[in-house]
Amino acid sequence: MSKKIDIIKNGIINENPTFVQLLGMCPTLAVTTSGKNGMAMGLAVTAVLMCSNAVISALRKVIPDKIRIPAFIVIIASFVTVIDMMMHAFSYDLYQQLGLFIPLIVVNCVILGRAEAFASKNPVGDSICDGFGMGVGFTIALTVLGCVREILGAGSIFGLVLFGESFQPALMMIMPPGAFIALGCLIAMVNHRNNKKNA
Amino acid sequence: MGLFSLFISALLVNNIIFARFMGICPFLGVSKKLDTAMGMGVAVTFVITLSSIITWLLQKYILLNFGLEYLQTVVFILVIAALVQFVEMFLKKSAPSLYEALGVFLPLITTNCAVLGVALINVQDEFLQSNLLATIVHSLGASLSFLLAIVLFAGIRERLEFSDVPKAFEGFPVALITAGLMSLAFLGFSGLAI
Repeated sequence: MSKKIDIIKNGIINENPTFVQLLGMCPTLAVTTSGKNGMAMGLAVTAVLMCSNAVISALRKVIPDKIRIPAFIVIIASFVTVIDMMMHAFSYDLYQQLGLFIPLIVVNCVILGRAEAFASKNPVGDSICDGFGMGVGFTIALTVLGCVREILGAGSIFGLVLFGESFQPALMMIMPPGAFIALGCLIAMVNHRNNKKNA
Repeated sequence: MGLFSLFISALLVNNIIFARFMGICPFLGVSKKLDTAMGMGVAVTFVITLSSIITWLLQKYILLNFGLEYLQTVVFILVIAALVQFVEMFLKKSAPSLYEALGVFLPLITTNCAVLGVALINVQDEFLQSNLLATIVHSLGASLSFLLAIVLFAGIRERLEFSDVPKAFEGFPVALITAGLMSLAFLGFSGLAI
């Protein structure tokens, strides 16, 4: 049991896909205009990641080595299509806001990366835990980035207005440049903490 | 909309990196040197243009005809993966020198979200849906915008190597801030009226 907890913790902290491995940058930058959007994208990726890890791990002895990448991609694409349809049916607002980036979960390198690095070598239970840990790590990163951008760029958090009328939001933070700059600063903060710890 | 303004808007106003956030992984990953960035950019341009033509035809004549739109994502990504493999084999046989230059980058292109992204935009946009020529022009503009962005960024990053950066910002963070400033500059094009 403790091994599974270690795997989950590894995904959330030690090998956080966004802050440490720097994977899956496109959705990270594109959809984090608010905390809610970031969280929704994170949860969608978590769901796909857990399902695809489970199936790929279960089929790891059946899939021939030479065509493993196309096989992984088809499995991932099927789950993405399922998520896409579910979001279309149950949360249309989010579906419209995340737009193109829901089908683009297929090419999120976090998912293919975990399939290749973990699920194709480990048993099903461990792979689901790995998918969960990585997914949660990704969700946390996206939510934090979304909140930072929302607070600075719109003066609210999860839609709740934080400041009074006199607050002048920095609109730039919600626009594309703000995404790059906010993520750069967040990663620098993580680096700074790690440098201090190691020194 | 004229074809020229479509091209310019895909190239500058809706720059695929700085405005649409697609293909960020290779943009940050292979932009340390100018010549590798150039190689990646050219390979991506080639694949995007070719794959959008094929996916557009597939969507129009097969998926829509038989009511299979829900298979879009699966079909498109398979087409792109197969195409990348095919391009790799073709170049290996017919243009070995080009293959040598692009070799490392070709397999990476499958997971470049710009390729799938452009293909999806082409079949979702109402104007592009009905016009193959406009689709080709749009895809060419979008893929050249990737080339433009990655080459400019690599040029700046080569200089960044020699600059004195605070320790926590070394490497990736400062590259992101640079990209942010470039994106700010590209935001200026949104005022462009053609």
